[in-house]
Amino acid sequence: MQLDIAFIIEKVLLISVILLGSLGIAMYATWAERKVAAVMQDRRGPNRAGFMGLLQPMADGLKLFFKEEIIPDRSTRFLFILGPALAMLTAVMTSAVVPWGPDIVTENGVISLQVADINIGILFIFGVVSLGVYGVMLGGWASNNKFSLLSSIRAASQAISYELAMGLSLVAMLMMTGSLSLREIVEQQHGFWDAGYFTWNFFKQPLGFFIFLVCAFAELNRAPFDLPECESELNMGYHQEYSSMKLGFYLFAEYINLFISSTVIATLFFGGYNFPFMDEVAASVSPILFAIICVLTLLTKAICIILFFMFIRWTLPRFRYDQLMRLGWKSLIPLALVNMVITGAVILWVIK
Amino acid sequence: MGVYEIIFWFLTVMALSCALGVILSRNPVNSVLFLIATFFAISGHYILLNAQFLAIVNIIVYAGAIMVLFLFVIMLMNLNADTEPQKNRLVQIAGAISGGTLLLVILAALRTSTITSLDQTSTDIGLIKNLGKTLFTQFVLPFEISSVLFLSAMIGAVVIGRKETEKTA
Repeated sequence: MQLDIAFIIEKVLLISVILLGSLGIAMYATWAERKVAAVMQDRRGPNRAGFMGLLQPMADGLKLFFKEEIIPDRSTRFLFILGPALAMLTAVMTSAVVPWGPDIVTENGVISLQVADINIGILFIFGVVSLGVYGVMLGGWASNNKFSLLSSIRAASQAISYELAMGLSLVAMLMMTGSLSLREIVEQQHGFWDAGYFTWNFFKQPLGFFIFLVCAFAELNRAPFDLPECESELNMGYHQEYSSMKLGFYLFAEYINLFISSTVIATLFFGGYNFPFMDEVAASVSPILFAIICVLTLLTKAICIILFFMFIRWTLPRFRYDQLMRLGWKSLIPLALVNMVITGAVILWVIK
Repeated sequence: MGVYEIIFWFLTVMALSCALGVILSRNPVNSVLFLIATFFAISGHYILLNAQFLAIVNIIVYAGAIMVLFLFVIMLMNLNADTEPQKNRLVQIAGAISGGTLLLVILAALRTSTITSLDQTSTDIGLIKNLGKTLFTQFVLPFEISSVLFLSAMIGAVVIGRKETEKTA
């Protein structure tokens, strides 16, 4: 096994760019969330710090950094600190398998815009998502507060329940793609129209997409499924005892998750970095410019999905906990199974 | 010593020490966390063997789902070191004897087996395509029987859960 220095430098650069990019987008997602809420409720939203309140995320971050750090006396100290760290870690880890753009072919070699092209890309995302609940659980338990504990138990059972439906909805899609590698899935959705039908998976698996989207709301703890932070029942939820930047990490990890999962949805169902007439564009511009256009396409799709998440949050009221469980176990899982059977039948008899 | 050996020994030491941590730590929550770390080390070994599918499934199923449920139960029961009940002497002796017997059996098995050296040639057996083909051709009968076993366990759990709700209602 040989270590290739140039390879390591390239990957480290790529990882840092992706990390900084997702942090920046997550920061401005907090701003966008407040602006969207303001527009939908006929208010102005943040408008003091900078033009249109654009410096508001910086001000919030600084405020959180300078606040006093309080670790409750009767808490389990190590786990109390581990909680937000895990939440942050699992939030950024998913970005490793997302293909951000096509390979750039130069005379010196091929530069890949994906950190790791592993052949089980989707399963890697599932693994990281299933670990994401530890941050919330450990933090809530270590706080030694009944409300936090209740909230973390809600978060865990919600996450486990909706992971099942999420996995089943993806199985149907994987039956059509025949590959678990995200790069291959994106390349199969090349362009927009091919051989008399759309290439994007959204048009091949509309029901699967719908189930996946609902489950994504639940996994992200976003309204209408934000039961773990239900203020009217649990005060603040699992981060009640947290202060300063540890609280900031929890809130921030949520927005990073929002961005990354929007990117994953765009990659799986909306063609990733592919766009209509991309072959014509690729033929007329330089490879680097083409790669930039592709990355911007993916980011645009991701931002549209983020905005959709926000519209839903400020439109629908919160579910009750038993309704949430009933929806997950009695509606979404059977629906996903039916979708799987239909997909199998179509592959067997119609497409062949 | 190449990178491969360094990673192998690191993972081995991590797996063994975390496994010891599971049984030695007094706080059950710490035990669960050590067990999760052990699963990660074992998944690392799977990746070294080029069995990526096994590695990630180990993490999804054990670390991601089963251990969450373990943690769930422990948190709800609020087991702490000071509330741990003192076990009676008979149970302690029985535990020591049964554990010792298991150790003897393992030792006897290890003594007769030959220890092969570390083989670094990569195989493709653990990749998802080959694994799926093997499971659905050569081992299809045991595979289906085990799925029936899981189904019966699931139905059993539902039946047990149902009775309890009817009593309270």
